[in-house]
Amino acid sequence: MYKKRFDGRDWDETRPIEAKVGIIKRANGSAMFKIGDTIAYASVFGPRELYPRFLQNPERGLLRCNYNMMPFSGSGDRVRPGPNRRSKEISMVTQKALLPVLNLEAYPNAVVDVFIEFPQTDAGSRCAGICAASLALADAGISMKDLVAAVAVGKVDDKIVVDLNYNEEAYDHVEGGVEGAPVADIPLAIVPSTGEISLLQMDGEISKEELFEAIEAGKKSSKKIAEVLRKALKDKFTGDTNE
Amino acid sequence: MNENAKKHICNYLEKGVRYDGRKLTDFREVVIETGVSGSAEGSARVKIGGTEVIAGVKMAVEKPYPDTPNEGVLMVGVELLPLSSPEFESGPPNIKAIELARVVDRGIRESKSFDNKKLCIVEGEKVWAVMIDICTINDEGGLLDCSGLAAIAAIQDARFPKYEDGVVDYKTKTDKGLPMSKIPIPVTVIKIGNNFIVDPISDEEKVIDARLTVTSIENGSICALQKGGDSALSLDDVKTMVEIGLEKAKELRKHLKVK
Repeated sequence: MYKKRFDGRDWDETRPIEAKVGIIKRANGSAMFKIGDTIAYASVFGPRELYPRFLQNPERGLLRCNYNMMPFSGSGDRVRPGPNRRSKEISMVTQKALLPVLNLEAYPNAVVDVFIEFPQTDAGSRCAGICAASLALADAGISMKDLVAAVAVGKVDDKIVVDLNYNEEAYDHVEGGVEGAPVADIPLAIVPSTGEISLLQMDGEISKEELFEAIEAGKKSSKKIAEVLRKALKDKFTGDTNE
Repeated sequence: MNENAKKHICNYLEKGVRYDGRKLTDFREVVIETGVSGSAEGSARVKIGGTEVIAGVKMAVEKPYPDTPNEGVLMVGVELLPLSSPEFESGPPNIKAIELARVVDRGIRESKSFDNKKLCIVEGEKVWAVMIDICTINDEGGLLDCSGLAAIAAIQDARFPKYEDGVVDYKTKTDKGLPMSKIPIPVTVIKIGNNFIVDPISDEEKVIDARLTVTSIENGSICALQKGGDSALSLDDVKTMVEIGLEKAKELRKHLKVK
């Protein structure tokens, strides 16, 4: 039985969070988002001209997201540089997670590029990346309706938990020779003002009821995360923590 | 960058002043921080002025190359992340990234500062492969010298992971560091018109005539050179640039922790 979380957190408690905007001066907007031992950097360039030209759309701008792990950021072997199937899929779901809050019709024919990088990871990187990206977009002054807050929820053994770390994701419980149910890992992104879900993935095993319970728990957490994000943005302009 | 901009920068340099108020051979402020990535076996963040890179060391047990069966493998890579500059694009390493990585690599390799034989576990079968990856965070010029410092700082910070029964346990670090006996430091000296500068900002990089990267070790020996830029250099130019390079390496060395 999973009686107590490996790191002693409450079931619905996230790891410690830090957020900061304006960390990369060459970018139009940038942010760092740290949750536990997972650190995401995001920078935004644009709206800028979009090439190849045939991708240009006179009705709306394009949001292009790029998720990438630094070669030394994995917990085991070195990650080979460059895109792979995993990073391409995560880039795509990151874009879909952010699109609902952006007013891209303000940028016809243009592109807004978001680059997300990780110097170290300990599970939950796509969610951390989305939080960093939404902050960086706001920092770049891109027209948007709200931020996006993302967190992973899941089920470890029979417990619904928020913000799984690597040890929980890899939890492999055998009791009396019987293998326990696989851990369910559910990355979620929420638009805080409406409660809408803009990213939902899951792998593992979970019942319908438990899934809904997990999403509810994720929604609650996302409100708290959104507060941290908003504070980070305000701090840049009030100068509370920056420099 | 047009001719006028170049003239403007040259005019300043003639007066002995830089665009940003520095003297010709002044570096911007150097800040080195180690242990910035818990996932890596060793890591460092180096800031030179606004320019910032992170270097990480990963180690793995691999088969040695057939021609060096009792030597470990050293590899240096540079990722010019599109996150760090509007001028960098996604995709495989371009020639700038390749040159950066190769010049940093040569400095470490050719100074023989790294005792590759100490990385051998079983001759002909198992050796440690040490992979140093340098990722740019913010490019405001002078990436090469910044990358060189970061690579060294990350190597100094690195500790072998536990290795037992043919399995690497990345979660457990030992207290054994990498076998590094000399510390090579690259300094890139740049020629614009008749003036020599170090640590260029982006605007200056765009108008350079020639550059020479001088990598040197503690005793003042040179262990790697790389000339770049479109113009040729006279022997006197080279002499001056090497002098500046050696002098500045001494300064940069002070920022690294003494072993």
